Parts: sequence; structure tokens; C-alpha cells
Amino acid sequence: MALKRKDLLGLRGVSREEIEEILTTARQMKEFLTKNQKKTPHLQGKSIVTLFYENSTRTRMSFELASKYMSAAAANISASASSVQKGETLIDTGCTLDQMGTDVIIIRHPMGGAPHLLAKNVRASVINAGDGMNEHPTQALLDMFTMQERYGSLEGLKVAIVGDVAHSRVARSNIWGLTTMGATPVLAAPETFIPMDMAELGVQINHDVDSAVKDADVVMGLRMQLERQQAGLFPSVREYSEFFGLDDRRLALAKPGAIIMHPGPMNRGVEMTSALADCDQSRIREQVTNGVAVRMALLFMLTRRNLG
Amino acid sequence: MKYLLKNGRVVNPGGESGMLDILVENGVVAGMGEALFAADAEVIDLSGCLVMPGLVDMHCHLREPGYEYKESIYTGTRAAAAGGFTAVACMPNTNPVCDSEAVVRYILDKAAAQGAVKVYPIASITKGLKGEELSEMGFLQRAGAVAFSDDGKPVENPRMMRLGLQYAKNFDALLISHCEDKALAAGGVMNEGIMSTKLGLGGISRVSEELMVAREILLAEALKTRVHIAHVSTRGSAELIRQAKARGVAVTAETCPHYFAATEEMVDGYDANTKVNPPLRTQDDRQAMLEALADGTLDAIATDHAPHHADEKLVEYNLAASGISGFETAFALSYTVLVKGGVLTQDELVRKMSVAPAQILRREGGVLAVGAPADIMAANVTEPYEIDVSHFQSKGKNNPFGGMTVCGRPVLTMVSGKTVWKNGEIVI
Repeated sequence: MALKRKDLLGLRGVSREEIEEILTTARQMKEFLTKNQKKTPHLQGKSIVTLFYENSTRTRMSFELASKYMSAAAANISASASSVQKGETLIDTGCTLDQMGTDVIIIRHPMGGAPHLLAKNVRASVINAGDGMNEHPTQALLDMFTMQERYGSLEGLKVAIVGDVAHSRVARSNIWGLTTMGATPVLAAPETFIPMDMAELGVQINHDVDSAVKDADVVMGLRMQLERQQAGLFPSVREYSEFFGLDDRRLALAKPGAIIMHPGPMNRGVEMTSALADCDQSRIREQVTNGVAVRMALLFMLTRRNLG
Repeated sequence: MKYLLKNGRVVNPGGESGMLDILVENGVVAGMGEALFAADAEVIDLSGCLVMPGLVDMHCHLREPGYEYKESIYTGTRAAAAGGFTAVACMPNTNPVCDSEAVVRYILDKAAAQGAVKVYPIASITKGLKGEELSEMGFLQRAGAVAFSDDGKPVENPRMMRLGLQYAKNFDALLISHCEDKALAAGGVMNEGIMSTKLGLGGISRVSEELMVAREILLAEALKTRVHIAHVSTRGSAELIRQAKARGVAVTAETCPHYFAATEEMVDGYDANTKVNPPLRTQDDRQAMLEALADGTLDAIATDHAPHHADEKLVEYNLAASGISGFETAFALSYTVLVKGGVLTQDELVRKMSVAPAQILRREGGVLAVGAPADIMAANVTEPYEIDVSHFQSKGKNNPFGGMTVCGRPVLTMVSGKTVWKNGEIVI
């Protein structure tokens, strides 16, 4: 139950065996959570720091609670986005944390590749909690955990991912993870939200949501950043929700019993209707719980490695 | 000082080639022939080496004045010498910008006092590189500017570029265009395509370069004047230039070693030393550069030597400065990829790196002949070696080719008959 790697920077290049091991460990961690036994000694004597250069409530809290539930010393650093350019360099900050005895640094950063730069320059393990539009591996792991809970295996699942794929680190990590696990991601979004040459990653791309959702086992909505409208990527929320929003009619096209997911925070009525988000098939709330379990598993497995 | 360069094989497309000795005296070539003898000359044995006219780089950044922490005329020209260059043309994006006679003279004076090779200042097309008002091209040219460019950025306004090309005709001055549509490239830090998608980095569309190449060609054609396209990196740009040349447009163009020796795949791992503008492109673009060099579409190879301080590269990829410190790898990369790779003959390579740039800039050099300035370089092309950036003469160690095994190490650089680089050391 130890990972043979120092860091988790993304799911690109992470093997099926590693993902399976993380998900298996997460299942045990979820038992601790749900048995109301929220104090385990797994991380006793470990120091874990979240280093966030972007605002976040859910991911940061999830990591922090995961650390605390397992008895680690947890601390947070909030660096504003402007300090990325003006303040101390990322490498210097990382080395400072190293010197203070940090075992794991959890970083969120507005720029792709920042966790990789950090990881190369610190002794501590680095977990990527979201870098620009690149990856958000723990989100994808919790998504896959949620799918696995429902279906047992990810093999052969059709996962419709609807929304702004281009700017979504959640989508990228899911694409890497799901393709590794034998599932098929099917994307649907306005073409301005589909990155160049995406199809080469082994995903299907649809121009209309109906065909993407048809017969899907999982329907995942992505958060629409409303400021993308000012940037000219889509003309209006009205048009977006009409042509790309998820609703009851579209869900009816999916396999019976298909689950609905969203990484949050949601724009209700934009990427999906409230009725859909709150229906029985929705796993959106469960995803949050699973996030803590997956992060507990990961922190445990990475720090075990440090013990040698 | 009198030198006799013996036993080398002379590659000299503009003159005599073959197994020739070269006698250098009073700064010029005093004799060329088989088995020359001069009792009072210092003999430099170049057995097994190629001897060529000194390389001429028509596009580099010496960073002085203003950014001496990145590079200076002193260190930059030593790096150039170590790379086999005997003359380099430096871009005007200094601080202050080279848009006044004072800055042109400053560069020339500094180069005369401290430089290891000849320095040709390029002045800006527009004052302060702002794209708003033309620089005083007449005065600047008279002071010693060899060409005009806003390199580092495009002249965004097409009317401004048109006026620049038009005005330059009075002085028969050359404009060098950095082709990039800024609006289209916005947010990008690498080539847009499968790798930017995989790495989650902002992509720069090839169209942002090609649109501007097309614009400059159309303007030069309409105004019946010449224009030079800097750092061509895409198949589409090469094709536009090929077509323009076929219909008689006076367009010339350069590419850089990194566009035919590397691809976007190198960005994987987020090493900011791979960040350059225009960005490293695809395998297909790389192939297109080889084809365009071979068929003459691309006239010249320039380094776009762009040294930066290590701190400017040891940061997030998005924040890192763009550019590659290229003087000291240009010849070996070119020799290895182009000559060993069967793309160009030795003769053709010397044309691209010496003859053509001298001709486009209308400077001396590019030829070894009795009476011509003794600007000479020799390279060992038989022993492969590993590139080690820590040994660079340049202050900028930002070069992604470290560790690569190449062939074509410059072993001698002579500028106006003075030895400046010999056997791995600066000797002035």
C-alpha cells in the first residue's frame, strides 16, 4: 500500500495498477469516514502543507480534513495569484517548506506545470491539487472512485463529459485516468472549448450533447466559467444552456440508472438544471465524501513511501 | 602577426575550395594555395578540420545596453566567437531601445573596445518598439545600423509596417519582420497542438505566424521592395515564402537551429529552456524546415541567440522568459542535422550560415579570397562531442540541447586576422 513515486503530479503516465491500488485504499479510508471514527494514526508525525495560489474551498478543505483525520500536522499557505509574479519564487517557497520539515506539499497553481517544477526542486512529496488547465488528479481519482462504487469496474464504461474541456484540468485528468482504466470518455462542448488535436488522446468528440450522452453510463458536467463569454468563447449563457446544458430530457438518453457527476462548484441552470443535480441519479454530494477518502488514501500511500 | 592555416579542408562556396593552406597577414587573407610556406608565420595545424569563411549571424540579442545581467557585448561576442561567428547582428530590444544614433554608437564603440567579433547593430523600425512612429532610419543607418526590426514583437499595425517598408526604400534599408499576430497568439506559451493539449499549456496557433508572413509578403510585393522574415518555424510560412519567391517577390528568410533540431515534444517535462518564440513546432514543421533549407526557400540560418538569467527560466513555464542561448550550439546542431543528415552539402551549409547572411545585410565576409578580411572559422567535424551548457562563454546557459551528442565543434575563430577562439578557449 505504498506508491512507488515521490509525487502525484497528474494521471498522465500513472499505471492502471497504481490507480487500482489508490482506489482500493480509498475504499478502506471511506470506512473510517463513514464509521464515524475520524481519527486514525496513519499520518502521525507527518507534516502536510497546502500551498494554494488560487482560491479554493472544497479541495483545500478536503485535503486539510484528510490530513487531520489521520493525525498529521496540517498547515495552509494562501498565496494570492499576484504573488506568483511578484513574490518569492515557487522554488524558494518549496525549499523553505522543505526546511521546516514538510513531508507533503499540496499545491494548487494557476499555471500548468508548476507542481512539476516544485517537485523537481523539493525533497517533500508533491501532490497536484490543480495546475492551470493541465491536471487535477485527485479530482479524477475521486470521480473514478465514485464510478467504481456504482459499477464495480471502470472497464468499458461510457463517460460523457460535457462542457469547457479546453480550460478544464478535471477533464484532462479524467481523460488520462479513464482511458488508462479502459473506459471511454466522450466529450461534447462548443468547438471553442475543445483543445486542438484532443481526439488523439483516445476520446470521442461530439458536437451535440445528445449523441454524447446517448447510452452513457456516467454523465459529467464541467463548470462553465462565465467570464469565458467576455473572452468571446461563447455568445451567451442562454444559448449555452439550450445547446449544451444537461437536463432531464438529455439524461433520458443515457443508460437507465446512469449517474450524474459534477466537480463543483456548480452554476445551477447553466451546465445542468437543479432538478438534475439533485435527482436520485446524482452522485454530486457523494463525490465530496469520496474526495476526502481518496485524499486520505493518497496521503497515506505517499508518506509510507517516505518511511522507506 | 602572420598566420599560416595548414592542412585544413577549405569549404568556401564564394571562392576557392579544397585542401588549401591560408596565409593571413595584416588582417586579410594574403595567400591561398596548396602547401604554402611562410618562414615567419605562426603555423596553425587544422588537420582534419573544415576551414570556412567566418559565420555571420544576422539575428541575435546581445542584451546591452540595459540587460547586462543576461549578456553583455563582452560576453556575447565571446560566445559568438566560441560558436565560430565572426560577425553578429544584434536586435534593438535593449534598454534603451536601439532607436537613436546614441545607442547605435554606444553598441559600436563598446564592440570596438571590448568585442571579440564584429557587431552590426540593427535599429528598431518604430521608436521604442511601440509600433506608433517610425524611427529615424536615415540617421540610424548613417550611424551604423545595418537593418531595422522590432524583433521580439511584430509591428502590429499593418499601416505602420507599410509605412516602414515604404520609408526604408529611400535608404535602401532592410526591414526584418518578427511575424506574430499577437491577438491570435495571446495566452500561448508553446505550439498549439497535441502537445499543448497533453501538457495543459496555452497554445500558439501556427496561423499567428503565417498571417504575418503573408502580410509582409503582400506588402513587399505591393511596394516593390524587399523584406526579410525572421525565425521561420512552420510549414505554412515556408510555403508562403516559397510561393512568393516563385513569383518574384524580394523576400528573404531565416530559420534557427532549434526549429530544425527540436520539436514541441521537448516541452514535455516543462523545462523552460524549451520556451522560445516562435515556439518549437511539430515533427512535420521540422521536416518542412529541412525541405525549405534544401530548396533555397530559407536563405539563412540565424541563431536568435537570446540569453537569459537562470532565474528567468527557473520559474513556472508561463512566467519564464522566451529564448534560447544559441551561439555556441548553432554550428554543431546545423552540421549534425543538416550535413550529417544529408539535407545540405557542406558548401550549402556555409552559404546559409555565412555567405547569405552577409549578402542579405550587404556586409563584407562570407568569402575567403586573397585581399578579403581574414574572418575565418574552422571546425572539427570528425569527433562527436556532448553539448555541455555549463561551459558556455555566454552568460545565458538557457539551451535545451545540453547532453546531446553532436558533431562540428568550432576550434578556431579568427576575426580580421586576429585569433579570438582557439581549441576551446578565448585567446584575446
